[in-house]
Amino acid sequence: MTELSKSGAAVGEPTAASPAPTAFLEVRDLKVHFPTDDGLVKSVDGLSFQLEKGKTLGIVGESGSGKSVTSLGIMGLHTAGQYGKRKAQISGEIWLDGTELLSADPDHVRKLRGRQMAMIFQDPLSALHPYYTIGQQIVEAYRIHHDVDKKTARRRAVEMLDRVGIPQPDKRVDNYPHEFSGGMRQRAMIAMSLVNNPELLIADEPTTALDVTVQAQILDLIRDLQKEFGSAVIIITHDLGVVAELADDLLVMYGGRCVERGPADKVFYEPRHPYTWGLLGSMPRLDREQQERLIPVKGSPPSLINVPSGCAFNPRCPYADIPKDNVTRTVRPELAEVGSKHWAACHMTREQRERIWAEEIAPKL
Amino acid sequence: MTTQRTSGRRKQALAAAIGVAALLTTAACGGGDDSSGGSKTGAAGFDAANNKVAQADLAKKGGTLKFGAAQDADSWDTTRGYYGFMWNFSRYYSRQLVTFKTAPGKEGASLAPDLATGLAKVSDNGKTYTYTLRDGVTWEDGKPITSKDIKYGIERVWAQDVLSGGPTYLKDVLDPKGEYKGPYKDTTPDHLGLKAIETPDDKTIVFKLPQANADFESMVALTSASPVRQDKDTKSKYGLHPFSSGPYKFESYSPGKSLTLVRNENWKQSSDPIRKAYPDKITVNIYSNANDLDQRLINGDLDLDLNQTGMSPQGRTTALKQHKANVDNPVSGFIRYAVFPQSVKPFDNIHCRKAVILGADHVSLQTARGGPLAGGDIGTNMLPPGIPGGEGQKYDPYQLAGANKNGNIEQAKEELKQCGQPNGFSTTIAVRNNKPVEVATAQSMQASLKKIGINAQIHQYDGAQTAGIIGSPANVAKKGFGIIIMGWGADFPSVQGFGLPLWSSKYILDSGNNNYALIKDKSIDSLFDQFNATLDPAGKEQIATQINHKIMDGAYYLPFVFEKFINWRSDRLANVYTTDGYSGQYDFVNLGLKSAS
Amino acid sequence: MARGPRRGPRAVLAYLIRRLFAAAVMLVVIITVVFSIFFIVPKWAGVDIALSFVGKQADPAAVEGVRQKLGLGDPVYVQVWHFFKGLFVGRTYTGGGDTINCSAPCFGYSFRSEQAIWPVLKDRFPVTLGLALGAALLWLIMGVSAGVLSALKRGSLWDRGAMVVALAGVSLPIYFTGMLSLAIFVYGPLKWFESDYAPFADDPAQWFSAMILPWVTLAFLYAAMYARITRATMMEILGEDYIRTARAKGLREGVVIRKHAMRSTMTPILTMLGMDLGALIGGAILTESTFNLPGLGREVLLAIRNQDLPVIVGVTLITSLAVLFANLVVDILYAVIDPRVRLA
Repeated sequence: MTELSKSGAAVGEPTAASPAPTAFLEVRDLKVHFPTDDGLVKSVDGLSFQLEKGKTLGIVGESGSGKSVTSLGIMGLHTAGQYGKRKAQISGEIWLDGTELLSADPDHVRKLRGRQMAMIFQDPLSALHPYYTIGQQIVEAYRIHHDVDKKTARRRAVEMLDRVGIPQPDKRVDNYPHEFSGGMRQRAMIAMSLVNNPELLIADEPTTALDVTVQAQILDLIRDLQKEFGSAVIIITHDLGVVAELADDLLVMYGGRCVERGPADKVFYEPRHPYTWGLLGSMPRLDREQQERLIPVKGSPPSLINVPSGCAFNPRCPYADIPKDNVTRTVRPELAEVGSKHWAACHMTREQRERIWAEEIAPKL
Repeated sequence: MTTQRTSGRRKQALAAAIGVAALLTTAACGGGDDSSGGSKTGAAGFDAANNKVAQADLAKKGGTLKFGAAQDADSWDTTRGYYGFMWNFSRYYSRQLVTFKTAPGKEGASLAPDLATGLAKVSDNGKTYTYTLRDGVTWEDGKPITSKDIKYGIERVWAQDVLSGGPTYLKDVLDPKGEYKGPYKDTTPDHLGLKAIETPDDKTIVFKLPQANADFESMVALTSASPVRQDKDTKSKYGLHPFSSGPYKFESYSPGKSLTLVRNENWKQSSDPIRKAYPDKITVNIYSNANDLDQRLINGDLDLDLNQTGMSPQGRTTALKQHKANVDNPVSGFIRYAVFPQSVKPFDNIHCRKAVILGADHVSLQTARGGPLAGGDIGTNMLPPGIPGGEGQKYDPYQLAGANKNGNIEQAKEELKQCGQPNGFSTTIAVRNNKPVEVATAQSMQASLKKIGINAQIHQYDGAQTAGIIGSPANVAKKGFGIIIMGWGADFPSVQGFGLPLWSSKYILDSGNNNYALIKDKSIDSLFDQFNATLDPAGKEQIATQINHKIMDGAYYLPFVFEKFINWRSDRLANVYTTDGYSGQYDFVNLGLKSAS
Repeated sequence: MARGPRRGPRAVLAYLIRRLFAAAVMLVVIITVVFSIFFIVPKWAGVDIALSFVGKQADPAAVEGVRQKLGLGDPVYVQVWHFFKGLFVGRTYTGGGDTINCSAPCFGYSFRSEQAIWPVLKDRFPVTLGLALGAALLWLIMGVSAGVLSALKRGSLWDRGAMVVALAGVSLPIYFTGMLSLAIFVYGPLKWFESDYAPFADDPAQWFSAMILPWVTLAFLYAAMYARITRATMMEILGEDYIRTARAKGLREGVVIRKHAMRSTMTPILTMLGMDLGALIGGAILTESTFNLPGLGREVLLAIRNQDLPVIVGVTLITSLAVLFANLVVDILYAVIDPRVRLA
């Protein structure tokens, strides 16, 4: 895994409230809460990060950790699927290329959607409208933001399909989603997202619905396209393996908060949070035997209504008793620098964690 | 959604529905306020046309008389119609040798010459009837009506395989052995092969009966004795456009929808002593919704109900409250009753039958039938008041409308003792399922019988299958139907027309039986024979009364009501009266309108 | 994926032919079953149906005449065959020296009203069709728009109000709402409309005047159902991933609803519409009898009252045909709307 060692981590320290962001994308203390009959669901509860153009950020976590809600929040789509119910509460700041999105005119944000920022979804079959051809859907995406006639837009769609590697694009452009294979559909989805040359591309579990060989092709495609277009990319996944080769930086989420963050090689080779250890342990690796491979994180993800007090991870953490005075169960740990541009939120001392990593975890991986 | 919330919403919907219902009632009652005894609107007053003529002098020539109906005729073919209103209505377009007098009440049940110059000359001990035709009687194309046309019309009754549906009295009386095969299978050149009728010339017709029958002239007055011209006989399709011999002819007819009659220009008033022919046009519209029909009557869109079976409960309530001057409350000619098959124990014993008659609560039975106005007077015997010899409530051998009207439990128990069932018994009441009123009557009976220890089960059967269920004595005995609830009206107003199928031992049939009580009384049979041999009306009346008394003495029946209807007559109608000739219906043929517009 | 599946008009045509063939087979089955139910099954149950063709006086000659004319003595398959043949080439009923011609398509002959069934059906059909189509148009407009609005404003006062009205609409029987509207708008206090039917060709104004109340009454009942279905479907569709995709493209919300959500919402609505229309064309019995419209429903009601079996059979057949036809139309529309169906 040496090819992982990339430099240029664009993640800076979470600055307090400086109004002049320097990064292309900067998220500050983002909170997305959903009021329900059972209580307030704190899907995202104080998240901050930065991302530069041309860089890739991987957001990793289990389902329900708040990673998808984060991406939808950036896109301004956090109410989607909650139509008409009590409104989601969103706070914090999202700066994109000098514009704060949460306080901006919704129509202005709408115009940015699809053009400056675009998104690829998990299941391309359900994410594409079954009644319209691939071409119609790409043409539509293009014409919202470009005042061109249908012919021009169609040429653009064919060009994009060709670019993402779909054979006979001039013919397949008239096919319906159900006439495509899974991988083809995701390629078409990517073509649709990139049709307007977005500067920010968010890929939410882009390969989960695909089989293994196709996964690699799609990831390669995203990487190639990123190089070509120079966009900033956020890849959201529950699978560290997916981002291993792609991401410059990694952000590990647990219970709506960031528990560890840093350059990808740091997080991979010197992880400083027990949850990250768990994720690494459950990562499938090609050089190990099947039964040894998966060591899942024991227990289930925390309730987002009644988040465990103290460290949200404490009920599942095998090392919860190491810090003194039961502090893991009473005090929430803050992110603390554990290396160069590398932060983690854990009550154990750096030394304790370095020892456990080196002696107990790393040898098993 | 929880169950509780659903029920909450149901309640909301129910509340809304109740509010709307209140509005509906108000809307329905928003009419005028005329009361009985004449009114501003010109209506003649409550019961003003019941057995008397209302506003005869106001009738003008012209205008369109509008009938509404919930049901079309079974057939407008004179041979095939059997509904009472069809016989009544058919006088507009068909004439007979003799017909009912156009007079109110009892007089309307007597006969008067029509095509014939006079009533029959009867000879040969009541076995030969001779009529002479009037001059100037014509068909709708102007050709004269001949005695042969009448014979042919009557012959059609024999063609039951093609022309089913109508009464077959003429066939049964003139050809009891069934020798004639009907005009369509008749091989004689003129198809007039029926031997019992002779037509020596175009003006004369002679009926030769194998046996005397006192009601024969009533049968000659039936619509099925109307003339039919051979060249106009379209066989089974004749009912779609009968060829007119009367003052009106068919202009258009759409079965189940509408019928329009217009004047027959070839009919001459001078040739017809019966028909006044006031309106220019007569229309019938069929409505599928009885409430809608009543609403149109009340609204004045229609003049009267063709079916003459009374208004629906909602309509009659409004009519009685708001427009009492527009309704009459005639006796229908029907008796509603319970009958006790003697084949089912213990109803073979007269005392058990009497126990039921005495023990039942007659007021509540009357209420179940619809009360005194819409249901009728409490029935006290088995001969309708409108039939010659009928005495109405004056003859009340069991005090059903008097001392025992709420049921006499003591006497009933006494009868049970004599019957050998001092503690009562169990039995079954059979009732048609398609008549809600009859089911209600059965339930009322069940309740009052319980008080004297008789446990009655109610068995509802398919009303369309009447002939095979209660009309089969074997089935009745097998199922143990001790009490059968039915009703009956006369085909023609005589004790024979009403009671022969019910009470004569000769009419006990294996299927389609109407003598449900299985009365095999030689003295009753011989009274019917005697009746047929009697020609003077007074003598006939006396025999009728006697037969009725015999039936009541035998305690075969528990009469509920002498049925009455609430019938509507519009403000526009003049010369209106009910007639016993058609069981208390208005006499259609001479109805007039007060203005031609 | 060597070769793409057939697309465009040819695929639709192939689909159409398959459907038509299936419909034809269904037709044969339906005719056989309907005929059997009415004419053959009673025989097994020991009921002599000849009795239901003669009047009050069941003269043996009359019963025999009917038996002869209808061929009730023939073996079952012969009877069914005669019925089939009658549909295509007409038939003749003979008996008692009387001959009745029933020309093709002979749906039977009513010995009660002495007329062939087909002309009756042909006369009553436009009334029912007009009623059904007019009402359908109304309830689609009312129901779908109310349902969409409710879905978009879920939980609002409008939503709750509309759903209560919808519940009332579903719960209240048509003879009640029908009689109520008649009492108000025809017999006063508001005498706005005529209630005497006239064919459109004779008097369009009166036709409209007589139809408006039945339309509204019927539409009220169905609009309620459609509003509820639309609301539920719309809410489900709005949660679909492809709606999120549409929004992610930067589409205006109005376009998302109209172009993306509505098209999917219409699919189940269309299915319902097809079946409801089919059933209605077969006879809106209650509506037609309440408003006295001379359509198929009223005809069959009168026929049941008069025990006029051939009319009941004829209307039943037409009903089945209408349902079959409506389903065929829905299938075709389906193929137009949903490209996935064309492969099925």
